[in-house]
Amino acid sequence: MTENQTRRGKFHWLTSFRHGPTLALLAIIALFAILDWQFGSGRFFSPRNARVIVNSAALIAVPALGMTMIIIAGGIDLSAGTALTLSGTALAIAFRDYTIPADQAGAATWIAAALALGLAVGVLCGLLNGLIISLTEMVPFIVTLGTMTIFLGLGQVIADESTVYPESEHLPDWLRYLCYTGSNSDHYWIDFLHIPASALIAIVLGLLVAALMHFTVFGRNVVAIGSNVSTARLCGIRVGLTTAAVYALAGVFVAVGALLYFANVKNGNPSDGTGKELEIIAAVVLGGGSLSGGRGSVLGTIIGALIIKTISSGCTMLSIPNTYTHIIIGVIIIIAVLIDGLRNGAPKWLFDRLR
Amino acid sequence: MKPLLEVSGISKRFGPTIALDKVSLSAQAGRVLALIGENGAGKSTLLKTLSGAHRADAGTMSLGGQPFRPSSPIDARDRGVAIVYQELTLAPDLSVEDNVMLGRAGTGAGTLMRSNQRAAVSEALHRVGLMHLSPKARTGDQSVATQQLIEVARALISDAKIILFDEPTSSLPAADVDRLFEIIDNLRSRGLAIIYISHFLEEVRRVADDYAVLRDGNSVGSGQLASITDDQIISLMVGRDVDDLFPHVPHEIGDVRLEVEDLGAAPMPKDVSLSLRRGEIFGVAGLVGAGRTELLRCLYALEPTYAGHVRLDGRRLPHNVRGRRKAGFGLLSEDRKSEGLAQNLSIVENLAMGNHDRYSRAGWINLNARLRDAREWIKKVEIKAQDPVQPVAELSGGNQQKVAIARLLAQDAEIYLLDEPTKGIDVGTKAEIYRMMGELAAAGKTVVFVSSYLPELLAVCDRVGVMTRGRLAESRDASEWDEEELMVAALAAVEER
Repeated sequence: MTENQTRRGKFHWLTSFRHGPTLALLAIIALFAILDWQFGSGRFFSPRNARVIVNSAALIAVPALGMTMIIIAGGIDLSAGTALTLSGTALAIAFRDYTIPADQAGAATWIAAALALGLAVGVLCGLLNGLIISLTEMVPFIVTLGTMTIFLGLGQVIADESTVYPESEHLPDWLRYLCYTGSNSDHYWIDFLHIPASALIAIVLGLLVAALMHFTVFGRNVVAIGSNVSTARLCGIRVGLTTAAVYALAGVFVAVGALLYFANVKNGNPSDGTGKELEIIAAVVLGGGSLSGGRGSVLGTIIGALIIKTISSGCTMLSIPNTYTHIIIGVIIIIAVLIDGLRNGAPKWLFDRLR
Repeated sequence: MKPLLEVSGISKRFGPTIALDKVSLSAQAGRVLALIGENGAGKSTLLKTLSGAHRADAGTMSLGGQPFRPSSPIDARDRGVAIVYQELTLAPDLSVEDNVMLGRAGTGAGTLMRSNQRAAVSEALHRVGLMHLSPKARTGDQSVATQQLIEVARALISDAKIILFDEPTSSLPAADVDRLFEIIDNLRSRGLAIIYISHFLEEVRRVADDYAVLRDGNSVGSGQLASITDDQIISLMVGRDVDDLFPHVPHEIGDVRLEVEDLGAAPMPKDVSLSLRRGEIFGVAGLVGAGRTELLRCLYALEPTYAGHVRLDGRRLPHNVRGRRKAGFGLLSEDRKSEGLAQNLSIVENLAMGNHDRYSRAGWINLNARLRDAREWIKKVEIKAQDPVQPVAELSGGNQQKVAIARLLAQDAEIYLLDEPTKGIDVGTKAEIYRMMGELAAAGKTVVFVSSYLPELLAVCDRVGVMTRGRLAESRDASEWDEEELMVAALAAVEER
């Protein structure tokens, strides 16, 4: 019938992310393609670079999926970065010390145990956050600020404050090529489409989380809690339990992110994680997430991660120093969130003048 | 006598909506004008136009014979128009004197001239009867009533010729209303013009001399209050004759269902015992802060209790919200803005919140069934909305309340705990809510009805109890009470102390 009706139609759950982030992504790609073609090496707009961008975006997008749920629930997780490297470091140690070479008999069991360890570490980190937040009713910002340094310290303790390098033959082939972006077709999951496995994982997990948020009672309860926790409590939603579950579930995505990260660099550096949480949060916010809770989009988050990585890749191609890349990304985040706010009429002084 | 403020033919549109359509009114010095109208009638828009927050699209205003076109609230205040808003606009962490002087502190190069201020502040505080209040006290520590008076003092200090009160009693405990009225009388006798916005006719009668009624942005009547009856005012407000303000649905009272024994919590309620029957509407009267809300919240297990039991049909209930809901308890929150509804979520989401079990299997929601159900409820309780996925924040107060009520009805509860269900909604919707309560009782449900508005309690309830200082002091059949006795009972224990 009306425009409204189609917008809120059958595929509402898929399209409910605003088109703003997508348009911004396309604009940024176009901008860098032109700049690179004029002034750079001309390698920006190439399949190979697209694979590199998509892979590095997947490394952020996967933990950002968990962060999206947390932010929709009205929380925040500053410990995501260090929890990710803690899980990755645990994984690296398991592959260095306890896993036998991948071609020997019984290796599969050991590899499964190593992966389970990494997963358990991620979930436990998330569960710890969730339990502290729901039992003590402290502000998530403070709780996760604390656990952020705890996880950093733990990682340094188990790794003896140095980077852990597992031997290459301990890693199974699939793990080694999880983040492969080269030109050998054999190393891709889908022969004719050279999409890195990490990106496929991110897409599948993204669809799962989007469905979880839109089609399940759990997902709607999370939205309810993030929108107004008093109303949720009034309606008999178990706020504490749901909050703890959200953080624990986010821990799963942190662990998968850690696995991808480990597959990408093939080592475990416990000190790598600081600062990563901000990149993850930025992806959520660029995708339309609101830090006051109740609002956020899973697919938007994935786009947000792509935006960040496209900018940094484009800047590299244009030989812009890393320090300036940080500045550019910062400026873009602020402008993006401002534009997003304007759609809802804030800030009023600017909105009224533009109208 | 020439009116102090004259408004003629003021119109204001917001996009397609006409908020004010050629509104005219006049306020005399030394008289109180009551501006009456339902929610959405245009009272606030008119107020904002007078204060300079909005500019009228058409029409003229004059103040003391001079044309009056305020460009901003500060301009309006400098011309002598001051406003006491419904919601407190004080900064809680500032001192009383800082709040009174807020916005006019700059007396020279941005510095505060404390000594000059102080004399003016204490003069203003004196005039509102706050002579004992230290100007240095923290504002947030004062009671709501005192804060309201501080707002009045702030209006006075700007040498106002005309003061507008926007529903000032809605946040005041009943006992402090009298004090406010005394101050308004005092201001009137000093020759100020007062415009008093309210939809409580009793109050209007007590405090005002003249009236002006707005309906759907139009002036529909004005004159002296002495020459019009309440019924006439109501039909002006509603636009039709409201034959039945309190529709009565016959219902039969059955066996005892809910038994409450010595229920106690910190700090309230204290030792409340109560037994309620099937098909009974039980009213709870009392002052704000007497523990009525707390009683409902303890019955619903939203707040922890330290003593007592709650039994339904002889069965003791566990103390948690889910358990109570399962047993058939439903609570309508007093505060629909910050608790009752999630304002940024859609009508569908709000209706389904906590009721998702109905449309889901193994945790997966059937979205179509949910939407269908929401459409049905919107039709059934007559919610005026464009679309079930519209955010509730966009609805009017009365329609928001209907969403909250529809959610409660969708829950299909047995015991309905209604906390001020008619607060801040228009006469027509109120009547619908009374009818709904009657229908619930007729269907054999039990209703607990907390209200500060005594006429509705007496008209709708079968039995009314009075709470004072956390205790349920006395309950009688509604027919054995009158308003005065209820008030006396509500104040009784306060005076004992």
